[in-house]
Amino acid sequence: MSDVLTSTPKAVSGPANFLDERLGGGAFLKRNLRKIFPDHWSFLLGEIALYSFVVLLLTGTFLTLWFKPSMMEIAYDGSYAPLKGVMMSEAYASSLEISFDVRGGLLIRQMHHWAALLFVAGMMVHALRVFFTGAYRKPREINWLIGVLLLTLALAEGLTGYSLPDDLLSGAGLRITEGVAISLPLVGTYITFFLFGGEYPGGDVISRFYSLHILLIPGILLALVSAHMVLMWVQKHTQMPGKGRTNQNVVGAPFYPAFMAKAGAYFLFTLGVIAGLATFTQINPIWIFGPYTPADVSAGSQPDFYMGFLEGALRIMPPWEINLFGTSHAGTLPLSVLIPALVPMGIIMTGLALYPFLERWVTGDHREHHIADRPRNNPHRTSIGVSAITFYGVLWLLGANDEIAANFHISLNMTTYAGRVLIFVAPALAYLIAYRMCLGLQRSDQAVISHGVESGVIKRLPHGEFIEVHTPPAEDMEAHLRGKEAVPMLPVAEDGAGIPPAGMRGPLGRLRARMSKAYGGEKIPLEDGHGHGHDEHAAIEHGEAHGGDEEHAAVGAGGDDRSLTH
Amino acid sequence: MTDNEHEIEQPDERVPKRVIGTPPPGTSMLGTAEVTQAEEEAPGVNLQDETKARKAEKIVAFCFMITFVAAIAFIISYVVFQVGSPEATGTSNMALGTSLTVAILSLAIGIVVWVRQIMPKYSLVQERHPMVSDEDVRGVVEKTFIEGANESGFVKRKLLRRTLLLGAAPLGLIPLVLLRDLDNSKMPGSQFNKLLRHTVWGEKTKDGKPRKLVVEGTGQPIRAADFNSPGGILSVVPEGYEHDLNALAKATLILIKFRPEELKSGVKQNWTHDGIVAYSKICTHVGCPAALYEQNTHHILCPCHQSTFDAADGAKVIFGPAARPLPQLPITVDSEGYLIAQGDFEVPPGPSYWERGDAEAEARAKGGQA
Repeated sequence: MSDVLTSTPKAVSGPANFLDERLGGGAFLKRNLRKIFPDHWSFLLGEIALYSFVVLLLTGTFLTLWFKPSMMEIAYDGSYAPLKGVMMSEAYASSLEISFDVRGGLLIRQMHHWAALLFVAGMMVHALRVFFTGAYRKPREINWLIGVLLLTLALAEGLTGYSLPDDLLSGAGLRITEGVAISLPLVGTYITFFLFGGEYPGGDVISRFYSLHILLIPGILLALVSAHMVLMWVQKHTQMPGKGRTNQNVVGAPFYPAFMAKAGAYFLFTLGVIAGLATFTQINPIWIFGPYTPADVSAGSQPDFYMGFLEGALRIMPPWEINLFGTSHAGTLPLSVLIPALVPMGIIMTGLALYPFLERWVTGDHREHHIADRPRNNPHRTSIGVSAITFYGVLWLLGANDEIAANFHISLNMTTYAGRVLIFVAPALAYLIAYRMCLGLQRSDQAVISHGVESGVIKRLPHGEFIEVHTPPAEDMEAHLRGKEAVPMLPVAEDGAGIPPAGMRGPLGRLRARMSKAYGGEKIPLEDGHGHGHDEHAAIEHGEAHGGDEEHAAVGAGGDDRSLTH
Repeated sequence: MTDNEHEIEQPDERVPKRVIGTPPPGTSMLGTAEVTQAEEEAPGVNLQDETKARKAEKIVAFCFMITFVAAIAFIISYVVFQVGSPEATGTSNMALGTSLTVAILSLAIGIVVWVRQIMPKYSLVQERHPMVSDEDVRGVVEKTFIEGANESGFVKRKLLRRTLLLGAAPLGLIPLVLLRDLDNSKMPGSQFNKLLRHTVWGEKTKDGKPRKLVVEGTGQPIRAADFNSPGGILSVVPEGYEHDLNALAKATLILIKFRPEELKSGVKQNWTHDGIVAYSKICTHVGCPAALYEQNTHHILCPCHQSTFDAADGAKVIFGPAARPLPQLPITVDSEGYLIAQGDFEVPPGPSYWERGDAEAEARAKGGQA
């Protein structure tokens, strides 16, 4: 092995020395070059969003070199024959130019659109990962809030970008945006007149959306993404429970060289997949739809996927409208627009933002958490999350109810009626099912810990009975399962005189106590003790001697034998 | 019994221990651990087997070579494949995209093989410390803060403090005030909603005649006698405003020809001409053009959110989220037999807004028909 580096090469030490003498970064690098990053597939989801954002910045910059954010009417004179001579905005004409007359323009435009979809999708699954593993808990609440803000801004960024090409489809989206904005009580007409520079559609909105889309929102996004990264770096990443992993350490691979290389490869994968999608999968073929006119719309107009839930909400809403003051010129509340536009988004975003604080209020848990929960081990949180996904999913599906009706030959009206029921029933049902599944999975963990795992070896006992021999689980898997921790609970027990503890007495306090009791506590203890017939054979080999009899008292509801090993 | 006890031990060796979850790094799919501990230099850093690493190096090098070739292919494609027609653009897109995708993905695969097969397996441990600062540090910071606050005089000198706040308050308003001219019409904000009540159908043409209905796209005026097959439908725009998007956003019409007996009480009969009825095409929900029409049922359907209106009965809502019927435009014919507008809509067309009020009830109170 002669090719081993024994001293730093000049090419590195020279600049490094130059920088260190001026910036003094040595101490920082000493601490951080070998910073440990824990490994788990789910930790990669956020990186998809991060790298898509980088791709968006790069491809977006390319597009600005040709795009003209102007609504000035011109006659099209590009190479797309079917639209030759058609009057259209400069924005649309330049989008066509990028698509047909700039080499690589179509590729980059399609990459930009695909990256936008992947950006939002990556953020969503990343947020779900953080939610379901409780990684938003102290000390990470601030980073969670930054994340919620990022998601909201990404939707606004998507909306403004979608409108820029000024084709018929993007115009339909813009018209709906206007219809929603103008419905706002008191300020609706003012907001639309300020946004559009007068009556809809006016001649300003494209250039205004352009500056929002390429400067203001991405600037804020970039700042928040950086803050998100810095906080993650400073607070160190959470880790899944496992052997040797505690709340006071991080186990994993060092930043330099392994994590760095992996992250680089992962960026390239994201970029490569986006490029592949842009090559082989057509997206938003703006030339098909023609220029925007408020007089036309194409059937089957669909927004980008992340706006689908708002679209679905608008579609299933019953036709409610209130005129507070009758015929006088004020007081119209178009509830069939206001409710779907504001309520689902409000529930989801506000719910996300408040959840860490509500959970802390209910559990009274003020400790730092660096070990991620397995979703099954906090069943109510997981059920709330699944319920929210179902709520979102029903709205999202209903956003395409015309496609569903057409492809599955269902009456369109039936899909809407079904949606009006499902939006309430499905989340409740999802809650119950998810809760039961969590408990079932906890029982299966319990079975593994207290009875071992199936060995595949069948044994015949002297009296003729056949049993399957169970062996204790592998050490690291057992450590993974034993990472479970009971969900904390407030001290809710009443004292001898039946008086609840301070802070749990008013109506709000009683609610808090009841929620804490339901939310917290150990539902299925890991060890269910012995005494289940032939399962004792497994216990013979059980490495851990503790547990057993002391835990008998705790068996309670979970004590009936439902272990999955039978 | 000793035999028996021996048997109990047996499964331990015969059965793979790992039963759930992902195999740990380094475990091959067949269950035998491959990581060699022999060359371990530091705890938690397990070097790879050299023969395996040498094999992996060849794979990585192959990947990087593909990247090289594909990147060159991209540059060549850029020069060779010109754009300028949909077909040529398609070819260029395919060549550029494929070479870019291949170049990037094989680079990524190469690096992954490098990390997984050549770099060591790591299981390093680092301590975490609580985020909170030490008590004495917090004490020093607090002391410093109080000292500085007192030194600055901000607490003691009330006049200074209050005038600073007074001065800063209007400064904060300036960015908002500056946005006032976002609206180009320069009219008072309270007048905005008045604009929404009128469309160009209420205005006469330059030579003082009532405005003709013309076909969207062609701009042809419509002779009533020619629009005579029942069930026929036209998308109609106002003469002189065929390309004015602001006018079209409120004034576009859907024109339908009925048999006289098909019309129900919801239609204002003297606003029609010979079974021809004109409704606003702008949906009363959020303003999409209600562009779909079903001849048999006389249903107008908005494709955006599926509000459905009964065209034979005053376009009243029969399904979907729209709360109000599509306003009907009073039409008639001029001396040459062309369809013209009698006047403006009686109620504001398009989506609802705060200042709209119950315009339908207001119109009825005024005596209904124009």
